[in-house]
Amino acid sequence: MPEARFALFGRFRRTHEFWLLIVILALCASLGLANAQFLSMQNLFDLLTSYAFVGILALGLLVVLIAGGIDISFTATASVAQYVTLSVANAYGANWISVFAIAIGIGGALGALNAIFIQKLRIPSIIVSIATLNIFYGLLIFFTGGKYIYSLPDWFATGIFWFEFEWGKDSSYGVNLQILALAVSFLFTWLLLNRTNIGRQIYAMGGNADAAQRLGFHIFGLNMLVYCYMGVMAGIASLIQAQLAQSVAPTVLVGKELDVVAAVVLGGASLMGGVGTVLGTFLGLALLAILQNGIILLGVSSYWSPFFVGLVILISVSATAWSQRERRPRSAGP
Amino acid sequence: MIYAPLRDEPLAIFLEMSGISKRFGGVHALRDVDLTLEVGEVHCLVGENGSGKSTLIKIISGVEAPEPGGRIAISGKAYPKLNPVYSTHCGIQVIYQDLSLFPNLTVLENIAMAHHLGGVHSVNWASMRATAMATMAKVGIELDPDARVSDLTIAGRQLVAICRALAADAKLLIMDEPTASLTRHEVNALIKLVSDLKRSGICVVFVSHRLDEVLEIAERVTVLRDGAKVGTFAAATIDGRKLSHLMTGKAFEYRKQARDLAPGAIVLEVQGLGRDGDYDDVSLQLRAGEVVGLTGLLGSGRTELALSLFGMNPPDRGTIALDGSRIALNTNADAIHRGIAYVSEDRLTLGLILDQSITANVTLTVLQRLADAFGLISARARQSHVAQWIAELGIKATNPENPVKTLSGGNQQRVVLAKWMATKPRVLILDSPTVGVDIGAKDGIYEIIRRLAREGVAVLMISDEIPEVLYHSHRVLVMHEGRLTTDVAAADTSEDALRQAVNA
Repeated sequence: MPEARFALFGRFRRTHEFWLLIVILALCASLGLANAQFLSMQNLFDLLTSYAFVGILALGLLVVLIAGGIDISFTATASVAQYVTLSVANAYGANWISVFAIAIGIGGALGALNAIFIQKLRIPSIIVSIATLNIFYGLLIFFTGGKYIYSLPDWFATGIFWFEFEWGKDSSYGVNLQILALAVSFLFTWLLLNRTNIGRQIYAMGGNADAAQRLGFHIFGLNMLVYCYMGVMAGIASLIQAQLAQSVAPTVLVGKELDVVAAVVLGGASLMGGVGTVLGTFLGLALLAILQNGIILLGVSSYWSPFFVGLVILISVSATAWSQRERRPRSAGP
Repeated sequence: MIYAPLRDEPLAIFLEMSGISKRFGGVHALRDVDLTLEVGEVHCLVGENGSGKSTLIKIISGVEAPEPGGRIAISGKAYPKLNPVYSTHCGIQVIYQDLSLFPNLTVLENIAMAHHLGGVHSVNWASMRATAMATMAKVGIELDPDARVSDLTIAGRQLVAICRALAADAKLLIMDEPTASLTRHEVNALIKLVSDLKRSGICVVFVSHRLDEVLEIAERVTVLRDGAKVGTFAAATIDGRKLSHLMTGKAFEYRKQARDLAPGAIVLEVQGLGRDGDYDDVSLQLRAGEVVGLTGLLGSGRTELALSLFGMNPPDRGTIALDGSRIALNTNADAIHRGIAYVSEDRLTLGLILDQSITANVTLTVLQRLADAFGLISARARQSHVAQWIAELGIKATNPENPVKTLSGGNQQRVVLAKWMATKPRVLILDSPTVGVDIGAKDGIYEIIRRLAREGVAVLMISDEIPEVLYHSHRVLVMHEGRLTTDVAAADTSEDALRQAVNA
């Protein structure tokens, strides 16, 4: 049905994601012209690997934002999960399955704690998560004294390298732990949000919580799931970050929250709830990565990086607000 | 459209309730109420705020349980009480005034939302689309299934809400104030849809404040007052006046307004005013001491014109003169500064800060005047200002520090009026001042408007309701498709003539 496909494209053309895609393509083209290295296979794999941590967290945050909440405690959750999991692995021995199980368990439990405060006591999520960020991080620093872990189990330090292939001269590429985790997280989150009734209930609840309650949705259960999902994503992200860094540093993750928020917001998710897509988050992550990477490749001081990220966010949200204002009829009232 | 054939046998009873009472603490919300709803009937439930309408609906939908002793039978089966799951299972669907839709989702997903209920399962988009399309086809509604609900008009959203109820296999559809934000055309479409539903055997219960619509659409009307049932009447046997008498226990007799005073000097004069896409070639005069009614369909340009007079929708052409000298109104600050006040239709979102106190709301427009030499406002100045207005407008409030949302609709409207009257306006523009206000309380609002006119304010009152502009203005203006088509003394026109001008 060419007509239906046409209509589908017409609808896509009006979405935030479409404009994001245009901007990304334009940025890629100009950066590619400015520096041939930018469009190389090597750079692509490097970017995917180094932004997997932010990307996985962004997916967790996307789900929270869609549900109408917010969580910024995830970096502290990740720090705790990372430290505890790898300390256990060093002390008692472990394998891939058990380290992921421990990290996911810790992340989920800390997420559940957030959900209980937010839902049972009706405290705004931003306040709860600011508090828990500080509590989790404070306890971690107190008990560890801020000490790094440099020795990781051999199998963990080695990581994985799947689907190896040759590209160009003497270079081989493959799927590492970071790229695999990123891909699985994207696929899983997409399935959750678009292919399960629970995902659709999360969208509905974010759009109109009162109506969701009247229809008989289990509001507490949905919120519990959402904040646990954020925690689980933090647990997974923490392990792949440790594997990439080849160390556990309790102090380096906290402070990266705003990169994650930037990726999700650039991707079109609304802080008011109910709005946001997995595709948008991917594109937001891509834009963030390309911007930060492009600045380095262009030889601009990386101190400018936050400036440009901020500028792009401001332009992006202004453009969205502007287009919504234009779409409204002229005499919409005061 | 395909419907079940008309049945010739007598109507069956869908729901029967008797001896229903409900107490909240010491307050009797309902006392020994009976109600019978027949299959395929349109039944209206009327009563003032606090008469027990909402409580009765909550009992039918299973949200509240009645006191022991009441009996409820649905399709002949008796239940001591209902709960939301039973009630939905029996085919009872309530469409609340806020419609309870999901604005961020599509028409399709809203209509077929019930597919998402139940345990964890995968979404079958194809079957949801089939449900949505079949439901819309059944009632002859054409909406783009992939449109986002937030992009629809209020009338469109209402259709989605109705379809969602039908998709859930509704046998009894209860609609709370369904016409509150619809235009006359949209109301007509809704009335037609309801009669289609009735023919397919669905019982529709309307809860409404608008008595003329109630009588237009209903076969039977049940009137509640102070938690007790006054009676159930065949709609054909009563008229609006009798209905308001039954609802309030008071008789209302409206006459056209005689002038208390000869009209004063021209305060505001508009000539050849136009704004592209909104209205054009509008000339009018507002005189001191005069109440001018302005009516017209939604989209006729009446609200847009009013906003232009308040500086919020600057005109492209024409002139506005205040006391004979030309003025430019580019912002509402200009207008307020020059003594023009505007009371918006949507007092809940635009006119009041609901969570703040009566004091905070009433003093909002006069903070500068209350301030002392240091720019500070003393609590005493605020309190005495508020006490004065509470007394003057008869606002019923136990404590001026209570949030405005704890007041009834009529009293909320008085707070909005007090807020603007405190600015001592020369021109007061009121947009639909009695929407959502009980009949009994409406009279108080009209009295305040008359008093303002007597004090020399020029009042422009915009309303959807033709009787309201006819009986409570000295002069009536009608706008049609952006033009001012009628400008006549109330004494020289009639409801029918105005209705024709509005719908021309």
